[in-house]
Amino acid sequence: MRVHVYEKAFLSVGGALLVVFLGVLSYTSLAMGIHLPGHAGQIDPATARSQPPFDQPGVRQTGPNTYEAVVLASAWQFVPSELRVPRGATVTFVATSTDVLHGFEVAGTRVNVMLIPGQITRLTYTFREPGEHLIVCHEYCGAGHHIMSGKVIVE
Amino acid sequence: MSAPVVFDPTGFAFPANQRRALQWAMVIAIVAMFAGVAHGLAQALSYAGIDILQYFPGLRSYYQGLTVHGVAQALILTFAFSNGFLPMVTARALGRPLNTPLLHATFWAMAVGCGLAGYALMTNQASVLYTSYSPLQAHWTYYLGLALVVVSTWLASANMFLTLRAWRREHPGTRIPLLAYIAILSYAMWDLASIGIAVLFLGFLLPWSIGWLPKVDPLFNRVLFWFTGHAIVYAWLLPAYVSWYALIPKQVGGKIISDRLTRAVFVLFLLLSIPTGFHHQYADPGIAERYKAFQAVLTFGVFFPSIATAFSVMASLEIGGRARGGTGLLGWIRKLPWGDPSVVAQLLAMLTFVLGGFTGLINASFTMNQVVHNTAWMPGHFHMTVGSAVLLSIIGVSYWAVPYLTGRRLWAPKLAVAQSWIYTVGLMIFARGLISGGLQGMPRRTFIAQATYTGEGWGLAGALTGIGGSIMTAGMLLFFLIMIMTRLVGKRDGAPKDIPVSETLTPPSPSGWDARLDRIGFWVVMAIVLILLAYGPFFLTYHLNLVSPGFRLY
Repeated sequence: MRVHVYEKAFLSVGGALLVVFLGVLSYTSLAMGIHLPGHAGQIDPATARSQPPFDQPGVRQTGPNTYEAVVLASAWQFVPSELRVPRGATVTFVATSTDVLHGFEVAGTRVNVMLIPGQITRLTYTFREPGEHLIVCHEYCGAGHHIMSGKVIVE
Repeated sequence: MSAPVVFDPTGFAFPANQRRALQWAMVIAIVAMFAGVAHGLAQALSYAGIDILQYFPGLRSYYQGLTVHGVAQALILTFAFSNGFLPMVTARALGRPLNTPLLHATFWAMAVGCGLAGYALMTNQASVLYTSYSPLQAHWTYYLGLALVVVSTWLASANMFLTLRAWRREHPGTRIPLLAYIAILSYAMWDLASIGIAVLFLGFLLPWSIGWLPKVDPLFNRVLFWFTGHAIVYAWLLPAYVSWYALIPKQVGGKIISDRLTRAVFVLFLLLSIPTGFHHQYADPGIAERYKAFQAVLTFGVFFPSIATAFSVMASLEIGGRARGGTGLLGWIRKLPWGDPSVVAQLLAMLTFVLGGFTGLINASFTMNQVVHNTAWMPGHFHMTVGSAVLLSIIGVSYWAVPYLTGRRLWAPKLAVAQSWIYTVGLMIFARGLISGGLQGMPRRTFIAQATYTGEGWGLAGALTGIGGSIMTAGMLLFFLIMIMTRLVGKRDGAPKDIPVSETLTPPSPSGWDARLDRIGFWVVMAIVLILLAYGPFFLTYHLNLVSPGFRLY
């Protein structure tokens, strides 16, 4: 029957497209090194402020062109709220929350992660262009959610 | 041996008391729809920088209204509708009445659940958004109420299974009628999927909100939520698919193209809907990247039955259009019954769902998800899925089901046709706004009108969202008007006497491999095996981290 020919063609093309998409995604992950956050350790949110590295939030240099940015989120602010890094710096964000869920999105980049009490979030990104990026808390965290923001300044 | 294959219980009529119970399920759905729409307008305008919350005297915050919107639309409307619609079509397809006590119990579990959750929501004791992420804590009545809503869905599926069992006893060796099969499979999938949210609410959040459990693990709770949370979108969608596959062909004068393919599609949804939840948690810490990757592949797999659906539904529409005199490559489209409000709503649902599907595939795309996660893109996406494919299908079904159940003819059918168009035009503008705002970093779930920051391009994005949302609201108000007028002044003659059940072009075969599709128990076991493969490694290696007391920051 004619219908079955079209049906097979449609399903084959659709299925093949899905396989191609998965191939591209594997390439971005395996060859281009774009990673998602994974296991980076657990922490007690009640005492996170006094545990390293969160006892000293801020940016510090860890190698010739590598930096670590330690951020603590709580309702309704990021500490520190402003991060300064040089152009071309590869920055590893290490962050957690002391109370409820928060989001950590550096607008205009792919730095876009959840901060979950009890978990440490770690993600690496290279800032190639100078400029200013807005940091937005993009997970609802209570009545003041819409005032929670910060800045990354690439110098 | 040739077993009888097609079972067509022509002339089946519901007992009056069951008809009433099904009507009341629809009433809850439409009331929930209204509760959600009211605040939807406030949200859309907030994106445009306009704050109309001061005119909502009962509300204490934007987020209280946002929680009502999510709970009412995503949890109450969808499941109240399914609780009525799926058992109704099952009974019709099997030609036997439902179990009356269970039908009443379903209604009361839903009604009491809505009452309990509604109390907590209205008194601003549950402004935690519908995802209920701990450690934001709500009043215990909220968790108990929503648990009862889930229980009501279990009662509705028990009713369908009992009806099927009784039918099978009377018809040994007969293939299950297609319409009953796909309706039952839709809720069988949901029964399995809802285990996550049931454990979350009854095992953690309820005892925690009462004070029996001092602390919870926020990540673990998110995993339980998303165990249910992706499959839940298919639980919303599959009733719409039931209508598109098995009812719409009849309404347009066509036929279901393949019995076998339709059943296979629903089996694939049963198998693949659940082991995909981690793709909502790509951005979460504490879950190994390889677990996320495995579920990403399965998520792409669950896209496949939707591709098959696009083909089948289009093909049956084409059969209908050609039977109505349409010729040429695309001429059949013009011949579809564009004057029938029930059909138009669902044709528009299908069209907008194409965009919803595309954006959904982008969300599921592992690394690309980092660009859009938790931005305004997300509500842009899901208003083109649950906010169109599902909502417009519920509206389309209501245009025949409310007259069918009440015995009153639809009021102002031309207005009803306009209603779907108005809503869809609004939706397209609205979604265009949110999608572009999201790509420029605009966050979702945020009171943008009073945010202390702004970003490039958010002005235009927000304005489009506000304009589109206002048009959508106008479309929805028309729907409520039509429903109320149908109930009050609809003529007592000319209402549909039967549910539009389609014939199939290639009927089911009595033997061979596709008869095995009817072994629902077997497919449920297969689904469980896949779930264990996808979630087992995480659950076995995860170190439960009970660290969070409750916070009430709203």
